[in-house]
Amino acid sequence: MGKKLVSDFLVLNNIPLNSTNYLIKLQAPGTLPPIFPGQFVNIDIKSASEIFLRRPFSVFEVDNTENTLSVIVKILGRGSKKLTEITPGEKLSLIYPLGKHFTFPGKSEKILAVGGGSGLAPMLFLAKESKLPAGNIDIVIGARSASDHVELESYKKYGKIHLTTEDGSLGTKGFVTDHPLLKNDIERYDKVYACGPVGMMKAVAGLAKNAGVFCEVSLENLMACGFGVCLCCIEPTVKGNLCVCTEGPVFNINELKWQI
Amino acid sequence: MADLTTKIDRLQLKNPVMLASGTCGFAEEINDFYDVSQLGGIFLKGTTPRNRDGNLYPRMAETPSGMLNAVGLQNKGIDYFIENIYPRIKNYDTPLIVNVNGSTVEEYIEVTEKVNELDKIPAIELNISCPNVKEGGMAFGVTCPGAEAVTREVRKAYGKTLIVKLSPNVTDVSEIAKAVEGQGADSVSLVNTFVGMAIDSETRKPLLSTVTGGLSGPAIKPVALRMVWQVSSAVKIPVIGMGGIMNTADAVEFLLAGATAIQVGTAVFKDPFIPLQIIEGLKSYLERHNMHSMSEIVGGLQL
Repeated sequence: MGKKLVSDFLVLNNIPLNSTNYLIKLQAPGTLPPIFPGQFVNIDIKSASEIFLRRPFSVFEVDNTENTLSVIVKILGRGSKKLTEITPGEKLSLIYPLGKHFTFPGKSEKILAVGGGSGLAPMLFLAKESKLPAGNIDIVIGARSASDHVELESYKKYGKIHLTTEDGSLGTKGFVTDHPLLKNDIERYDKVYACGPVGMMKAVAGLAKNAGVFCEVSLENLMACGFGVCLCCIEPTVKGNLCVCTEGPVFNINELKWQI
Repeated sequence: MADLTTKIDRLQLKNPVMLASGTCGFAEEINDFYDVSQLGGIFLKGTTPRNRDGNLYPRMAETPSGMLNAVGLQNKGIDYFIENIYPRIKNYDTPLIVNVNGSTVEEYIEVTEKVNELDKIPAIELNISCPNVKEGGMAFGVTCPGAEAVTREVRKAYGKTLIVKLSPNVTDVSEIAKAVEGQGADSVSLVNTFVGMAIDSETRKPLLSTVTGGLSGPAIKPVALRMVWQVSSAVKIPVIGMGGIMNTADAVEFLLAGATAIQVGTAVFKDPFIPLQIIEGLKSYLERHNMHSMSEIVGGLQL
């Protein structure tokens, strides 16, 4: 009892990171419980009555002294669009903390975190919380074009950041899997993590699997509740159909039935 | 002091606010938020004789003021429930009701007989209205002979409280209600979801893997309310009303239309605390209207 909460959070700020991504910082009404990289919150967009269900967002940053958390909202549809129109001072109802977090790397391990789109949020959160020296962490972030990337200056202290763009306008040209660290050097890592579009995660998972490297991915199947009762967000796994919201969203690639 | 206690056949409820099957798991998931013993009762996730994987993803589509689902009775089967889940939940201090499903009359009886052995399960809800399975389910619930046949046989196998969950996907739901009452049902619950569909206009594909699914949420409330009113006028057994209840006013509407108790379903996805808010809201409603017990609201529609 009391392991999950529903509360109205105060919107502290809502900052556009580029044309489609927004950083929304929220303050809990009381003490924020521990939240770990990979876990998510389910947000009710009350100001929009036409949006019936909540929308799940991976947690980007947590400050347990200020009792604040942040999410990166990428505009994908009606719900996320409405959410990006929220203004400081408004309140948002959150169900939290939800889901299972990434497996933390062991001491002195080398890790590779791969993010695409708003999937960079849990990757940066993981880099920050991994307690590893920055030299042990490579972060590869992919986007369509330079203008789709967000400012990551403050994250350089947690790991080495590498960018890719499909059009070659910034960083390595191509998909994240075209980056030399993935294409040529993936076996150098103890753990590989990925979050982003399914196609991207499958490609990363395929490289990790071939190299025999531990790999976890974070799924974002459509869900109604977020806490394991609607059974809508299921993913076929070696243990049968599992709810992404409670048994995930983080899965080891060996648990999934992906054709990779 | 407002008295919310409610009686459904031999079930003594602390209040008339219960959780609908398929929207509250096996009660533990809701107990993660608050003590479920505050609730009037809990209708557990639909259970079949054996494991069912359910339908393929995607199983859900948001629609105006509601949602479609096509879960397809994913569950691990009655034996798994008895061995693994029941021991963990049996001491919750609120009636736990097993939602019984099958593809054939024999399968309904198989689940019922096993549930009959469980001391802490005082009632079953016979689900003859699931729209998302190919065999059984709604097929029994859309004709009077089908509904009668399964109710009659399950009644023979079960001595405790038998609630039959009705489908709204029929011409005249009160005829089905009368048919199951005639075969010994102690109560009817309605409505299950309405068969609906949604299409992505750009890709020209259905949004559900099964093409059609069950519509729930506020979108169905006026129709559900009308059906509860029709059924409660047609039968003598208590009616449990549901369909898009999101708040106290919605719950009161169903009670006024003749429901003895209500189930909150899809609203729990939005906020698992809504059932508790309705319980508090009913107390203040009674006080505000200078009423003392639920019997003063139930069927109190002023025509």
